[in-house]
Amino acid sequence: MHFGIAEIEPAGLTRLGTTVVSSFLASLVECVEALTVVLAVGSVRGWRSVLAGAATALALLAGIVAALGPALARIPLRRLAAVPFHGLQLVVGSLVLLFGLRWLRKAILRAAGLIPLHDEQAIFKKNAAALRAADADGIARWDKFAFSAAFNITMLEGTEVVFIVLAFGASGAGLLLPASLGAVAALLVVAALGVVLHRPLARVPENTLKFLVGVLLAALGTFWVGEGAGLAWPIPAPDSADLAIPFLVAAYLGLALLLVPICRSRRAN
Amino acid sequence: MRWLKSVAREVFGLFVEDGSFAAAILAWLLLAEVALPRAGLYKRAAGPVLFAGLAAILVVSVLRYGRRRR
Repeated sequence: MHFGIAEIEPAGLTRLGTTVVSSFLASLVECVEALTVVLAVGSVRGWRSVLAGAATALALLAGIVAALGPALARIPLRRLAAVPFHGLQLVVGSLVLLFGLRWLRKAILRAAGLIPLHDEQAIFKKNAAALRAADADGIARWDKFAFSAAFNITMLEGTEVVFIVLAFGASGAGLLLPASLGAVAALLVVAALGVVLHRPLARVPENTLKFLVGVLLAALGTFWVGEGAGLAWPIPAPDSADLAIPFLVAAYLGLALLLVPICRSRRAN
Repeated sequence: MRWLKSVAREVFGLFVEDGSFAAAILAWLLLAEVALPRAGLYKRAAGPVLFAGLAAILVVSVLRYGRRRR
């Protein structure tokens, strides 16, 4: 299996760092969204069934990662890299690009005020109100409704996290473990904050995170598609193609930061 | 079964929100994959050309959305 980081060349450390940070930030956004609904259900219906629902979904998701992860890690990407048409890297790169550019586009539009920002507090209140309304007959000791609500949202957002982890894990040898660690760290941070604060994480700058993750994913996706298609980058040492990633990150970030004021001024006129 | 449908919808939504934006990206990737290696470009310009196309798609999509909202 290609789980170790020791086998990664020095230039690969750029990709490793970008993968951990992207996975952590992208997962953080999804975990915050799940936490908002879990907190809303728990505060209205009680915690026992809610926590059981969330835990069941997490166990199921861990099982999916355990089943699919090692299979992906066995794919000999390094050997395939010598082949001109690198199908897997192209497919994964294209998916990461679609995902990353979608997030970046939305974050630019939100930053420019063209679409409203994601408001965790408002979502919390809306969910809590809906649950109170559904509470006409009182809450049983074993609350199926609370269990399924927590299970559904954890499964839904968790599936997105699993996809993020698998997409990063499939993009290079030794990247599955760092991507998983990034996602687990995000889950632990959000869960710990949820336990301590007992309210939605409204202060997490979700759009800034989406902006940054969009930039990182767009850069990684562009790099992987380029690698998969056998396209070269203007890097002095051809065996250090990974060094193109920081330049792509800077280029996407610069472009996005330029687009926000342009959109704002066009909106104002 | 209902959550499975929701998950499928959510996963699809991860990649596609604006159909024409996603279609333009995929079309450019296909074109870049097929045409760029054969375009007779300076070899190391191929990667930046791939980026330039994607950047142009992002700019057009964002500006077009802004124009629609005015």
